Amino acid sequence: MKNLELQKTANEVRKGIVTAVHGANAGHPGGSLSAADMFTFLYFEEMNIDPQNPQMEERDRFVLSKGHTAPGLYAALANRGFFPVEDLPTLRHLGSYLQGHPCIHIAGVDMSSGSLGQGISAAVGMALAAKLDGRTYRTYTMLGDGELEEGQVWEAAMFAGHRKLDNLCVIVDNNNLQIDGPISEVCSPYPIDKKFEAFNFHVIQIDAHDFDQIRAAFKEARETKGCPTCIIMHSLKGKGVSFMENNVDWHGKAPNDEEYAVAMADLEKIGEELEKAGE
Amino acid sequence: MAEEKIIKKVATRESYGNALKELAEEFPNLVVLDADLAAATKTGIFKKAYPERHIDCGIAECNMVGIAAGLAAVGKIPFVSSFAMFAAGRAFEQVRNSVGYPHLNVKIGATHAGISVGEDGATHQCNEDLALMRTIPGMVVMCPSDDVEARAAVRAALEYEGPVYLRFGRAAVPVINDRPDYHFEIGKGTIVREGSDVTIVATGIGVDSALGAAKMLEKEGVNAEVVNICTIKPLDEELIVSSAKKTGKVVTVEEHSVIGGLGSAVCDALCKHYPVPVCKIGMQDVFGESGSAAALIEKYGLDAKGVYQTVKAFI
Repeated sequence: MKNLELQKTANEVRKGIVTAVHGANAGHPGGSLSAADMFTFLYFEEMNIDPQNPQMEERDRFVLSKGHTAPGLYAALANRGFFPVEDLPTLRHLGSYLQGHPCIHIAGVDMSSGSLGQGISAAVGMALAAKLDGRTYRTYTMLGDGELEEGQVWEAAMFAGHRKLDNLCVIVDNNNLQIDGPISEVCSPYPIDKKFEAFNFHVIQIDAHDFDQIRAAFKEARETKGCPTCIIMHSLKGKGVSFMENNVDWHGKAPNDEEYAVAMADLEKIGEELEKAGE
Repeated sequence: MAEEKIIKKVATRESYGNALKELAEEFPNLVVLDADLAAATKTGIFKKAYPERHIDCGIAECNMVGIAAGLAAVGKIPFVSSFAMFAAGRAFEQVRNSVGYPHLNVKIGATHAGISVGEDGATHQCNEDLALMRTIPGMVVMCPSDDVEARAAVRAALEYEGPVYLRFGRAAVPVINDRPDYHFEIGKGTIVREGSDVTIVATGIGVDSALGAAKMLEKEGVNAEVVNICTIKPLDEELIVSSAKKTGKVVTVEEHSVIGGLGSAVCDALCKHYPVPVCKIGMQDVFGESGSAAALIEKYGLDAKGVYQTVKAFI
C-alpha cells in the first residue's frame, strides 16, 4: 500500500478505537492510538493473512501481549474485513464477542492475552513450533513499554534469543507512559535497546508514526538471520486525538459524549487533510 | 500378613516419562517441555529418545507454560513438565489465562506432588495443586494411583482435546491396577473393593492406603468399599453417590490439603445429590516438612494404618 493509503486507513482505525471505547464506556484509548499505525501496517501490508480465511494454516501470527489495547487490534481487524466495523461499539458489552481483552475465539485473533507478560511467551511458542516443523509463517507480538517491567517478558526474551528465533519479531510500543506515570519514573525499564541486545536480539528503533520507517524495519527484521528482532517504536500516546496526546489520564478511560465529538472532529480533520494531500 | 507377595513399586513420574516415550511415535505432534528438571520429572527418558522434541525452557516455569500455549495454538500437543509446586503454583495464572481461558490443548505433567516429595520439605511439597487446577473452567484434573493408571492417564490426556493437569509422585508406589480387565476412561472412577459399611474415596497414593486400611477394618468386621478416583475433574459423581447410598458414610483420602481437593470435590457432589457424613483425610491445613516420604506419610496419617484409625474413629 502507498503511505497515504496507510495513513488514511490508520485514521479510520483511530476512529474505530475512539468509537469502540466510547461505546464501551471503558477501555484503553491511549495505547491503542499510539499503536494504530503499527496495527494498520501489520494487517494491511506486513502480515500474510486472509480475512476470508482467518484460520489459514500458514498465516502469520500476531499476539497482542499488551492486550489492554484490544480496541486498536479490533479496529484494524474490522477495517481489514475480519468482522463488521459496525460491531466495534459493542466492545465490552455483555453478549458481545468483542471482549475487553483479546480472545482467541474472535476472528483474526491468534491468542487470548491481556495479563501482561504472557503474550510474548505464547508468541515465542508459535515461533518455536514453526522452527521445529520447518514452517514458513512469521510471528509478531506487541508489548507495551510498561509491560517490560513484567519478569516473564525477560524469561521469554532469554529463550527466544537462546533459540535464535529469527522468525519472531517483538514490537515494543514505547510511548513512555504507564498508568502511574512516565515509565522512567515508575520503575524504569530503560535502556530498552540494551536489554534486548543483551538477550541476543537484533534491535531496530523507529518512529512509530512513520510508515517508511515501519516498512524498512520489517524488511530488516525479515532479513535478519540467527536472532530474533525487536522493533522499539517511539510513539505518542493518544496520537491523533488532541486532548489525549501524551496525557496519561487517557491510558484507560473512555471519552464522554462531548469528548467523543471532539475526538472524532480531530480525526475527521486529519482525514480531510489526508484527502487534500492526495489530490 | 502371610499371603502378601512381593509387590512391584514404580514412581508415577517414572511412568510419565516412559509413557511419553512410548506414545511419541503414535502422536507425532507431541512435544515435551521442561524447566531444568528433566532428570527429576523423568521426561529425560523421552529426551534421550527424542531430543529434537524435548524443549528445555530453563528455570522459568511461567514462560514455559506460555510457550506451551503458543505451541498448542499452532497444532502441537505440548506436555509441560515441572514439579507440581511450580507448574500449578508458580505458573497458576499462566495456566489459567494462557492455557485455560483459550482452552488450548496443553497437558501439564506435574511431578513431585504432595508430601511424598520427602526431604526437600514444605517449599517443594505442593498440597494445593488439585484445588488450584480444579477451579479453572474446562481443565481436566487427574491424579493416578500407580504405574498402570499413570500410563493410561497420559494416553487418555493425549487423545483428549483440551487442557489437562496430571499429578505424579516422586516416591515409588505399589502397582495396584495390574489386572487384565483394567480399563481407563477420563471422568470414570473405579470400585477397587466392594463393601457396605463405609465408602473410602481415594486418589493417588491414597488408593493403596485405603485398600490396606480396608483389610485392617475387615478383621474387625467393618466392610469398607474403596473407590479409586483418578479424575478429580470431571468427577464421577454417579459412582460416588451410588456408593454413598449404599454405605451412608464417606471418607476421602488424598495426599493434598483437605481444602479444595478430592475431599472438597466429593463433598460438593454429595451436598448436591445425597448428603451423608464425610470425613476428609489429607493435609489438615498445615504445611509439610522434611523427612522421608514414608515417615511423612505415616506422620500425617496417610498410610494404611492412619487411614484405618481415622475411618474407625469416624464410623
